[in-house]
Amino acid sequence: MLELSNIDAGYGGFQALFGVSMTVKAGEAVAVIGANGAGKTTLLRVISGLLPATAGTMTMEGVSLRATPPHKIISTGIAHVPEGRRLFPRLSVENNLKIGAFIPAARQKFAERLAFVYELFPRLKERRAQLAGTLSGGEQQMCAIARALMSGPKLVLLDEPSMGLAPVIVAQVFDLVRRIRGEGYTVLIVEQNVRQVLRIADRAYLLEVGRLKASGSAAELAASDEIRKAYMGI
Amino acid sequence: MRIPKTALIGVPILLLVPLAVRFAFPAAEKYYLHLLIQILIWSFIYTGWSLMGRFGLTSLGHGAFTGIGAYVMVLLWNYAGITPWIGIPVAIVVSIIVALLVGYPCFRLRIVGHYFALLTLALTEFVRLCIVGLRDYTGGSLGTQPRRFGDGVSLYALQFEPDRVLSYYVALALWALGLYVWWRIDRSMDRYALDAASQDEDAAASVGIDVTREKLKITAISAAMCALGGAIYAQYQMYIGPDTIAGLSVSLNIVFAVIAGGMWVMLGPTVGAVFTQVLSEVLRVTIQNSAALQKVFGSAVLALDTMIYGLLLILFIIYMPKGILGTLLERREKKQETPLVPAKAGTRS
Amino acid sequence: MFTDLILRSPPQAGVSKDGRERNASMDCQLDIFFLEAVLNGLLLAGLLALLALGLNLIFGVIDVVWICYAELVMVGMYGIYYAHKGGAPFILAAVIGIVLVAAAGIVLHQLVIRPVLDSAPINQLLVTGGVLFFLQAAATMAFGIDFRNVGIRLGSFNAFDMSFSYSRIITFGVALAAMLLLWLFLSRSYIGIAIRAIAQDRQIMPLMGVDQRRIYMITSAIGGGLAGLAASLMVLQFDIYPQIGLQFGPLIFMICVLGGLGNMLGGFIAAFIISEFIAVGGSCFATEWGYAIAFLFFMVVIFIRPQGLFGGKS
Ligand SMILES: Nc1ncnc2c1ncn2[C@@H]1O[C@H](COP(=O)(O)OP(=O)(O)OP(=O)(O)O)[C@@H](O)[C@H]1O
Ligand SMILES: [Mg+2]
Repeated sequence: MLELSNIDAGYGGFQALFGVSMTVKAGEAVAVIGANGAGKTTLLRVISGLLPATAGTMTMEGVSLRATPPHKIISTGIAHVPEGRRLFPRLSVENNLKIGAFIPAARQKFAERLAFVYELFPRLKERRAQLAGTLSGGEQQMCAIARALMSGPKLVLLDEPSMGLAPVIVAQVFDLVRRIRGEGYTVLIVEQNVRQVLRIADRAYLLEVGRLKASGSAAELAASDEIRKAYMGI
Repeated sequence: MRIPKTALIGVPILLLVPLAVRFAFPAAEKYYLHLLIQILIWSFIYTGWSLMGRFGLTSLGHGAFTGIGAYVMVLLWNYAGITPWIGIPVAIVVSIIVALLVGYPCFRLRIVGHYFALLTLALTEFVRLCIVGLRDYTGGSLGTQPRRFGDGVSLYALQFEPDRVLSYYVALALWALGLYVWWRIDRSMDRYALDAASQDEDAAASVGIDVTREKLKITAISAAMCALGGAIYAQYQMYIGPDTIAGLSVSLNIVFAVIAGGMWVMLGPTVGAVFTQVLSEVLRVTIQNSAALQKVFGSAVLALDTMIYGLLLILFIIYMPKGILGTLLERREKKQETPLVPAKAGTRS
Repeated sequence: MFTDLILRSPPQAGVSKDGRERNASMDCQLDIFFLEAVLNGLLLAGLLALLALGLNLIFGVIDVVWICYAELVMVGMYGIYYAHKGGAPFILAAVIGIVLVAAAGIVLHQLVIRPVLDSAPINQLLVTGGVLFFLQAAATMAFGIDFRNVGIRLGSFNAFDMSFSYSRIITFGVALAAMLLLWLFLSRSYIGIAIRAIAQDRQIMPLMGVDQRRIYMITSAIGGGLAGLAASLMVLQFDIYPQIGLQFGPLIFMICVLGGLGNMLGGFIAAFIISEFIAVGGSCFATEWGYAIAFLFFMVVIFIRPQGLFGGKS
């Protein structure tokens, strides 16, 4: 579904990604793990067009992403839940969801999808008129994911959905991700919470200072001594 | 104090200018001196504004200070017979008080950026409205004149308008005063404090800088200079009007000339004054000599210079935000700088 | 007319306005005149609120203050004047004016604002100041310094010894309707919600499939269109001349800041407060003093609440 090959990217003179190649197949849940500053967020930003790649190729179902303007990438079926959620704090929950369905193809199905996400997250339905900025952290994460689903994506990019949440809520969020997978979405998830993410992912990539260092099935990586030591504290 | 070489050469040249003008343009001596005087007086006002502007305090309120300077002095002279020697200090004190009254809450409350600009714009408008409202004394929107004393050249009345050479020296002294103030501030601790504050107010405050106090100091100096400049300008023009020496257009003119010249270098405001005055003169003369233009536009052709002026300002802000002098100096610096490291240090392995 | 926007009686002022002469230095009493002033202030508020609305929209969304906003209105007034003089019925002329200024808004954004979108805020403000000079001078060149009037006088009606001009009442009604429509647009339509969203977080808009440039252009067009609408209402009340923008420009900025820059509802309420100061102050003293008091009030309020009367924190 998503293919990256030899992607370079950076900020100004600073290069953050070096020749990253990866694939995500339809129906998979793929995790990207790595330390702080490894370039995980950068990778997702490059895929969704927020940051231009400087070299390499990227395709989504055969469509070249590098040739697609940033605001059109969502139409190829990629929805990005950004780091720190980035809801529109002074818009209501429902208007946040409406913005998620901004692209013409999604507008027609707005009512249908709204019903769907409200079913998925009944909590949001209760709070539909509340300003998004006043939601709790967990609710905000739900809202951010729901907003991404409103565009009817095939692939959902999740950037540290557990960030800043209490352990109990973190467990709930991972549960959420699992449910989304169950709904048939393909998921590419970035996480610091290596142990938990490897439990829900099929495959994983390990990123170290901008380079892919390892990849394999989630179980393989979870069993690797190196990763257990460096990222799971065992 | 070491006297810089440029000053050693520059000062005599500037002092001899009237002589040179007399030789070069015997027929148009008055005109060229007039142009120079205008440039010098406005340079002083622009320099005063830049003292604040360079630290990120973009005020649209300085039209209020030039207005206060001119009107307080003229009204005291016309209605109470108080000599400008007292009238100008009074005007300066009044404008400092106004500046502090507006500045103190602004700086305490950290009003910056848009809000500061728009608030000071309101001050300008307020002062202009007061001038118009007091029309029984100020002549309202038509303006008024300082009462002429004797033949118009008098030390007592600080009037010098008929004698252009004298006026030139007065303007030159004023201009030099402006540069001196700039130079002093540039070398003071205040400058570092203000630099720090303009970049990060919290950080500045945390290292013990009294940001409000520093800003108030510079504001007071800046307002005082504009008041003095406004008063001298009134004496030279022998006319004051709410739109020529106060009001929003004066404020905007100040800001724009400074932007054109460059507000971060000492002579930037002066270059701005030269640029804007010469530009408007050249345009005016071109228009006057062009029958074709006059035929098409009639008397409205006088607006052509403002139009080009506006256009240039847009271009300046977009393409040359450091101003003429600032950009030139930067270019020169870049040329002199020998690159120690290749421009792109490759991290690619 | 003591709530007239035209402060300075211009040297060549030839066209007399309708309305009655009144002694400007009349004492202020709680009588029928006072009530009339209050009500007229209310009517003036509609226009000022409309003017503030466009500016607030632009600021709220693009984060730029169009110092030349009043000059765009002036351009619209000339457009309407010439369209009407050229034979177009007034309504058509008004539509032409609105379209013209909306287009001017887009041009302004594309040519002037876009290159400085990432510069210091103050440069953005000043660059539109250059546009102010340019438009004023261009208008002088093109149309001369004469005062022009569309020549439509709607008259006034009297009630309880008070007089209200129809043009003001229409202005008030249209202004209210425009604000209501804009509000509906911003709260219901996709584009409207995107406009509000972009004001809160520019960077992630591409993730929503929103093209920031397109939204900015639409916003500029709406902001311009509102200026055009205001122009079509103002030509019914005021003479047109190149400097007219200077008369009410500062007033609009003041209202916007008072209401909290970018806060449209705040601007609306601030317009009412300010116009009451102008109307009542002007009826008690001379016109300028009404304005002067309003500006003074403004400065005092800002010192008490720097974020504006209705602005949020920071
Ligand atoms: N806007 C930016 N400008 C310059 N450098 C940046 C920028 N954003 C990120 N970087 C740099 O790029 C590198 C990768 O950052 P990135 O945010 O992708 O890391 P990350 O793996 O997501 O880390 P974390 O787990 O802390 O979120 C870091 O060295 C970071 O400093
Ligand atoms: Mg990250």
